[in-house]
Amino acid sequence: MAERSFKREVEKLRLGEGAVFRGEGILAVTKALLEAGVAYVAGYQGAPISHLMDVLTDANDILQELGVHFEHSASEATAAATLAASVDYPLRGAATFKSTVGTNVASDALANLASGGVTGGALIVVGEDYGEGSSIMQERSHAFAMKSQMWLLDPRPNLPSMVRAVEQGFALSEASNTPVMLELRIRACHVHGRFTARNNVRPRFTLADAREHPVRDASRIVLPPATYLHEREKVEQRWPRAQRFIAERALNEWCAPEAQDFGIILQGGMYNATARSLELLALADAFGNSRVPLYILNVTYPLVDDEIKRFCAGKRAVLLIEEGQPDFIEQNLHAILRKAGLATRVHGKDLLPMAGEYTAAVLIQGILGFVELYAPRLLDRAHLPSVARAPAAKPQAVAAVDAQVHARPPSFCTGCPERPIFTAMKLVERELGPHHVSCDIGCHLFSILPPFNIGATTMGYGLGWAGAAAFHAPAGGKRAIAFMGDGGFWHNGLTSGVGNAVFNRSDSVLVVVDNGYTAATGGQDILSSQNGNPRRTTRLAIADAVRGVGVKWVRTITRTYDVAAMRDALKAALTSPERGPKVIVAESECALNKQRRVEPLERKLRGEGKRVVRQRFGVDADTCTGDHSCIRLSGCPSLTIAPNPDPLRLDPVAAVIDSCIGCGLCGEVAHAAVLCPSFYRADVISNPSAWDRFTSRVANSLIAFLQRRSERPLAEGPAAGHGA
Amino acid sequence: MAPRAITIAILAMGGEGGGVLADWIVSLAEGSGYCAQTTSVPGVAQRTGSTIYYLELFPEAAVRAAGKEPVLALMPVPGELDIVVASELMEAGRAIQRGLVTPDRTTLIASTHRVYSMTEKTAAGDGRVDSGALLEAGRAAARRFVGCDFDRIAGEEGSVISAALFGALAASEALPFSREQFEQAVRDGGVGVAASLRAFAGGYQAAGSAEETPAAGDAGQAGPLPIGLAARIQRDFPPASHSILLAGIARLADYQDSRYAARYLDRLAAIRDADARYGAGRFPLLGETGRYLALWMSYEDAIRVADLKTRRARFERVRREAGAGPAQVVCIHDFVYPRVGELTDILPAPLGRWLLATRWARRPVEWCTRRGRVLRTTSLSGFLRLYALAGLRRWRRRSLRFQKEDRKIEAWLALVATLAAEDYALAREVAECPRLMKGYGDTHSRGNRDFDALMEALPRLRRLDDAAGRLKQLREAALGDDSGSKLAEALNQVTA
Repeated sequence: MAERSFKREVEKLRLGEGAVFRGEGILAVTKALLEAGVAYVAGYQGAPISHLMDVLTDANDILQELGVHFEHSASEATAAATLAASVDYPLRGAATFKSTVGTNVASDALANLASGGVTGGALIVVGEDYGEGSSIMQERSHAFAMKSQMWLLDPRPNLPSMVRAVEQGFALSEASNTPVMLELRIRACHVHGRFTARNNVRPRFTLADAREHPVRDASRIVLPPATYLHEREKVEQRWPRAQRFIAERALNEWCAPEAQDFGIILQGGMYNATARSLELLALADAFGNSRVPLYILNVTYPLVDDEIKRFCAGKRAVLLIEEGQPDFIEQNLHAILRKAGLATRVHGKDLLPMAGEYTAAVLIQGILGFVELYAPRLLDRAHLPSVARAPAAKPQAVAAVDAQVHARPPSFCTGCPERPIFTAMKLVERELGPHHVSCDIGCHLFSILPPFNIGATTMGYGLGWAGAAAFHAPAGGKRAIAFMGDGGFWHNGLTSGVGNAVFNRSDSVLVVVDNGYTAATGGQDILSSQNGNPRRTTRLAIADAVRGVGVKWVRTITRTYDVAAMRDALKAALTSPERGPKVIVAESECALNKQRRVEPLERKLRGEGKRVVRQRFGVDADTCTGDHSCIRLSGCPSLTIAPNPDPLRLDPVAAVIDSCIGCGLCGEVAHAAVLCPSFYRADVISNPSAWDRFTSRVANSLIAFLQRRSERPLAEGPAAGHGA
Repeated sequence: MAPRAITIAILAMGGEGGGVLADWIVSLAEGSGYCAQTTSVPGVAQRTGSTIYYLELFPEAAVRAAGKEPVLALMPVPGELDIVVASELMEAGRAIQRGLVTPDRTTLIASTHRVYSMTEKTAAGDGRVDSGALLEAGRAAARRFVGCDFDRIAGEEGSVISAALFGALAASEALPFSREQFEQAVRDGGVGVAASLRAFAGGYQAAGSAEETPAAGDAGQAGPLPIGLAARIQRDFPPASHSILLAGIARLADYQDSRYAARYLDRLAAIRDADARYGAGRFPLLGETGRYLALWMSYEDAIRVADLKTRRARFERVRREAGAGPAQVVCIHDFVYPRVGELTDILPAPLGRWLLATRWARRPVEWCTRRGRVLRTTSLSGFLRLYALAGLRRWRRRSLRFQKEDRKIEAWLALVATLAAEDYALAREVAECPRLMKGYGDTHSRGNRDFDALMEALPRLRRLDDAAGRLKQLREAALGDDSGSKLAEALNQVTA
């Protein structure tokens, strides 16, 4: 069950010919897949393409009507391998994942797929997680397209262009027997816009047709001597056919190609930022009517040599806008012009930065520099946009803001069950000293940030224990600790981490953080999810799998909020005299998902007059002394500070705000770390039972009597205090 | 002039409803003759990090006239923003820092409440940034600054901040749409409409009225004032010290009795005289000594905690904070962890010392107190136990802890008084050192250790110049981390 429901959006997938679709870019791409007659879709969730997966999950009825098979693949490698169905059969298939990390995982399958080539259209929709807000290393999917010779689409970031890219991508794939990658940047995936829909299309050739009438063609299988044939086929047949198709269908676009004797060549994905930069420099209007010639590469690999030559002929210079590095396109451009004997100068990474996101602010500087070189008369120096003007001295009050703004890195959500695991780690560190900790990918990686500051490396999804492999050897002394989420565990960690540790006789410790979902990607279900799923098999225990591959020392913590139990399990794993790999499975449901599941249920029960208990934590401000140890062991967004109500005390007190969901960690920490008596838990009982009401009435009346009694002496006057 | 897009950036933290606000604006624009584009970069920032939502609106009339769709940008360009909405004050600061807010065109709508950063929260003392500076920057950077605690407004209406901010956006008239059109967008959203509209109205009204500064915490009073002692303060002590001293006697009368509060004033007489002689007339030494003396004399022991936990006002406060209605039953569970130390603290001094020194007697106590307890304070048994404990107040003066603290206080006061004559600035710093002794259990022993270390270093400091500055540095180092390594390092440096 994903974090976000798309029940409403799903209806948009039914829109027919001529209707206007309004919504998110990645949903438009999903709709375009159905319009293109796709027969199957496979993928692995991850920003920014999670919504494609989530919307298809919620669109099961529509998919069934159309006869489309949809899978949540075990990994990106599985998703890419699924495209094998398009090798021998005229089936259109799509795979989707986050890139470049997902493409890394998928590249074995992708390379095999690209070698033999495809019959049916094979489209790989990659969410390019690059630039601001990215959660991964900054690399380019472009390299994968080049190395395996798959074609790479990078359409303009508006819905009609992205939708057209899907449609033409399938056709290009079929025309050139080559898988095609469709690269969508983060903002394009999440852009809200509109396009005119067409009818959905049932695949003409179905998966059932293929199953009933299987065919095989040994020349398509990646084994010598076919592989040598494939390599030649790529460059001699598929490549020229692709170039011809791109040119014939005018996949790349031109704008005012003859307007000047210089021009700009750009990736399609860079179009909107480029157009805005030109607009701000008064070189274009708001509709993209440019006074500078533009050649827009909606296909960034392969380049179409003839188009390049045509655009550059007669131009003194071109500026290439190519985001990311290495500068693959720029090198290619130089080669094409040199071979053609064209003297057009190429600018690119000389006027624009070699690395980093090309924001409009960056592009304005680059384009300004370029136009200054070739046509300064076009520039209105008196009205340059503010990013291009020399920075004026900031008023003091504005400059002072720098010292008042802190970074806000992401962290564990309120009530997150992973937080107590690291609280326990902190307590263990106090007793046993620091250990080498190998991290994985997932929400638990937030442990590397304050307040926990735990973890040395992360080598990729599911590779937490593999990342500690060098420290496997039992040399006595301290053991290494590895973390892995349940998502990473099923993705590959069971073999790459656990199997590997068993086989190599590791003596280190693995903590599997099992929150029931792939939480960091939006809370999708996996094999070990504890909630029933009508269309997937779940509820398989991680501990069983771990034992299944031969781990003997396995402990399961079923409530991670029990910090003392968690701490003791960690201590036991680190100090046990027993040799061999040790695994702690720390289970507790992702709080975001749990809230989403439980809250409506409780609301309903309360409405029906049923007894419902809501728990919430609080801090007594008058006993809190403002030391904030509790926060340093938690970092919960709901545990914060507040001005001290005591006029004598200067330091702010700890405070629990309304967003608290009563996970219990505050109380457990207060106990496990022996902090202070300021924490309380309030159980608010709605629709209390007769017994609740009776006991509370009896207790309250006596308590109220005693409270009045102890208040009396002070009320009577200062001289009559208690005391000796 | 050529038509151009209206540009809007929303800065929020993940999970704060920035997306809802963006969706409302899209719906508003699309329902009012504009086309709209919005993007965001949710990703991991969704998990409590800062997030920017970016929108552009474009008049449909201009689209028809041009016969072509406009090209809308997917990210804000510094200096080119018409509207910036920040869901929190530091986020407003971030927008200013990134150059998104400029005086030629930007309307900045910011909620002035604070969601503290991790750095601010984890500081051992007070690590909060200066809200005043952020507000100043908002006024200086924007063409128009609309600042209000929209979080409070939304909370009062049982809604979320995005609704109040949407109301403020309507009131700012920075968009060419009417209030009715705004409200229609909320209705079309279809979720929690009634509460959202109330918060919208609240935000609308607040944004229309004068800008407000963030409310300071209400300065509460620890308990009723002993009248006679208050008169004595008015008569015998300089006005500059009155507020602190009045709070001090109220606190101590509440903590012990008025005789104890009187002793507080007795103790301060010497400091007052020293300050009058050596100070510059504003009596800062008396004030700070008065502050920390009151806090030290009302040290937190089990009696005090039990007393505070069983009060009627506390029960009422918990109900209020938990948002409980009259028909709901509230049970309060307190997390307590009494250990041998806490027990010997409140025992009569000889008995306490004996228990600490006697292994066979201590063992069973340690066994009984080996883990923390959850006490149900609203139940009879729980309440009575705490009530009985609070009743031990009358014997507190004989307790081991009282006698220990009392001796230490005397030594510190004598030191402050002596130093005032010799090095007034240093005396002031020494007066503030008890700030280190906070918390309970291990935290408290650590603070105690740090305090002792500073007092021990004092004779060496006094031989150096700028002893006051050095002592201040040491105190800050001690508050800087809880492992004690910063203090050790600073001790080496400062006294080297």
